[in-house]
Amino acid sequence: MVAQNIGFAIIATIMVIAAIRVVTTSNVVHAALWLVVVLAGVAAQYILLAAEFVAVTQVLVYIGAVMVLFLFGTMLTRSRIGVNSGLNNRYSNLGIPVAMVLFAAMSLALADSFGTEKLPSDGSLVTTQQISDQIFGPYLLPFWALSFVLLAAVIGAIVLARKD
Amino acid sequence: MLVNQFLFLAALLFCIGVYGVIARKNAVLVLMSIELILNAVNLNFVAFALRNGNADGHTFALYIIAIAAAEVGVGLGLVLLIFRNRRTISLDDLSEMKG
Repeated sequence: MVAQNIGFAIIATIMVIAAIRVVTTSNVVHAALWLVVVLAGVAAQYILLAAEFVAVTQVLVYIGAVMVLFLFGTMLTRSRIGVNSGLNNRYSNLGIPVAMVLFAAMSLALADSFGTEKLPSDGSLVTTQQISDQIFGPYLLPFWALSFVLLAAVIGAIVLARKD
Repeated sequence: MLVNQFLFLAALLFCIGVYGVIARKNAVLVLMSIELILNAVNLNFVAFALRNGNADGHTFALYIIAIAAAEVGVGLGLVLLIFRNRRTISLDDLSEMKG
């Protein structure tokens, strides 16, 4: 139990620092690489939460595919590789109070609703078989809709990015 | 482990993502901030799945990962198109719609 909490604290600290670097760094490529750290941290938290399948999917889809897309997007839009000062807009400081107020409101709500409730440590673990039973059982319709969304997104991306 | 430690981490990630969406001008960086927000939501889903002892949260987390991949694909296609037509991806310069 203690080991899990120490692991959580270390990973969470790294994640928060990396996330702050993503939104404050002045180099687009560095932001993408810090985002890899955040996504890997999220995958590690999934493992702590006993969700191996989601963690593996996170690594494959996010760190594998989405990051390559981001790096290609950075490369093709020729945002200068290197220090780039024009990344924030004029009212960027307005974001700090908005984020602070949002976090304060969410903290109050969370502390009020869950307090010191513990996660079940001996509960039945969710297996990958259960997830597939869910996807191909009660949640089949959203799965179908999702297939069409992915198809539309693939065709749309090709049509948008075509040369002529 | 408390339920709240994961929920607080997710809330913090969410707020950092919201700050990024507000503060950034470069369209690719705004998309990265949206990824932070989606990951915070996913963390909440998986934490609640463990708390409630069923697989619904995992299912929805997987669906959100798929939607995020589609969103990034289309979003970067749009950014490429804007860059090709305007030679810039600064969101402050795209003001034809008076947003």
